[in-house]
Amino acid sequence: MAKFYTKEHEWVEMAGAQATVGISEHAAHELGDITFVELPKIGKSVKQFEALAAIESVKAASDIYAPVSGKVAEVNQALDEAPELVNQGAELQGWICKLEGVNEAELGALMDAAAYDEYLKGL
Amino acid sequence: MGYCPNTPDDIRDMLAVIGAASVEELFAPIPAELRAKSFDLPPGMSELELMRLMREKAASCGADITPFIGGGIYDHFIPAAIDHLASRAEFYTAYTPYQPECAQGTLQALYEYQTTICRLTGMEASNASLYDGGTAVAEAALMSLRITDRHKVILDGSVNPLHREIVTGYLHGLSAEAVDVAPDGCASDLARLMASIDDETAAVVVQSPNFFGSVQDFRELAQKAHDHEALLIVSCYPIAMGLVASPGEMGADIAVGEGQSLGNHVSFGGPYFGFIATRKRFIRNLPGRIVGETIDHQGRRGFVLTLQAREQHIKRHKATSNICSNQSLCALRGLIFCTSLGRKGFEDLAQLNYDKAQYAKSVLGAVRGVNLLNRGATFNEFTLALPKDAGEVVQRLLDKGVAAGVPLGQYYPDMEQALVVTVTEKRTKDEIDRLAGLFEEVLWS
Repeated sequence: MAKFYTKEHEWVEMAGAQATVGISEHAAHELGDITFVELPKIGKSVKQFEALAAIESVKAASDIYAPVSGKVAEVNQALDEAPELVNQGAELQGWICKLEGVNEAELGALMDAAAYDEYLKGL
Repeated sequence: MGYCPNTPDDIRDMLAVIGAASVEELFAPIPAELRAKSFDLPPGMSELELMRLMREKAASCGADITPFIGGGIYDHFIPAAIDHLASRAEFYTAYTPYQPECAQGTLQALYEYQTTICRLTGMEASNASLYDGGTAVAEAALMSLRITDRHKVILDGSVNPLHREIVTGYLHGLSAEAVDVAPDGCASDLARLMASIDDETAAVVVQSPNFFGSVQDFRELAQKAHDHEALLIVSCYPIAMGLVASPGEMGADIAVGEGQSLGNHVSFGGPYFGFIATRKRFIRNLPGRIVGETIDHQGRRGFVLTLQAREQHIKRHKATSNICSNQSLCALRGLIFCTSLGRKGFEDLAQLNYDKAQYAKSVLGAVRGVNLLNRGATFNEFTLALPKDAGEVVQRLLDKGVAAGVPLGQYYPDMEQALVVTVTEKRTKDEIDRLAGLFEEVLWS
């Protein structure tokens, strides 16, 4: 299943009605050393593009916005102890959380990998 | 590192670089009518004239009055070393230590301050200080909202009324509510506090010694709060920590208090500093700045501002606090005070306060018609019931050169005849005896 990206540098990957969410490699690189990820509470409902979680690095703090609407089903607990996992693999082991009850139609408002690459070139 | 103001040459050079002709031109975008026309300052004075003026002003502030007043601010002895060390330019004129390579001294002092506050309060992590005691209580309440994601804070009525007012003000705009629980006489109504805790409660805020001077044990209350996943916030009087159980020992999650009593002059209401300390697991929710110890690239020990990303210069409107003045210099005085005394000295000081207050209790309580209202232990303050309006008694005693205490009627409408009397180590037996004599005189003649 393909990844989709937001202008705010989050990615989402669908598996059935469940979506895994994280921040892009580009975002992790820009943030520098990640020191803390404020994970969302399980059961929290979010609308597309609403604040979902927060991330802190040695030089910045930013919100992570939900790429799609849904309810938090699972969080990457490993980030509590090892936030650097985001630097090591933002789009792999550094995932943030999983959302359930996702409406796939919302993916239409996002970019695929090729479009996101183009978008990055224009920044 | 010195921080000198800009010379006219500096200003000219800087203006040249940015291409402004004058400072006036720099401020041009701000409409003239919004700018101060004048600061209404009198012309300059010679040092001699200035000293004379300030001495006159000081004399009109009751400097010669013997104070038996406390209520959160205390007349303690301040060793000369504190004024001397805290006025060293490296501390006195240093700006915020954002550049660790230039500010190791300031950072180390604040790091030691944090350690001291943790030891005093029985906690694991302290920030580098807050604005004052009242805002420290409020910041702790906000912390509890963030940690628990709940909206109800239970406020014990024997917490300093000014602090409670600040908490209520802080919560007002946050769709959070403060629930007041009236005290039982001079003590917290523990049964009612416990009954008020539910699964919506973010925290319970108590104080020991409380506003009436009573010392209480909150262990059971801490347990009850934790059963509901709520926090216990304990406000404390640092000098008392030399003698009574610390917030940490009682199971508190956040300890706060006013730091003035640690080496800071009463000074007409400020500046003071507030302290806040918590358990390690809540450190990310601690407001303000925290100094950490680290090593540089050569492995040498050094100090830095740590977890800075939570602060407002980075996180802007989403920062954990809008407190930007961490009262460093006042906190530094607190640190020098504690290190001057040492553990043993600190315990002796607390004991001296307690002993003198116990003596005052017995002498003042023996005055005809005067009754002690505290039922249990006190530290260096206690509450007396007088046979007359306490405000009037205090007013009459002021004319005789004594500030007899804090009349409670202004804070507790049903306590017009109650007076909180404070006895620090600075009060002598003669002064206490004289106060008892004056009570007798004012009440019965």
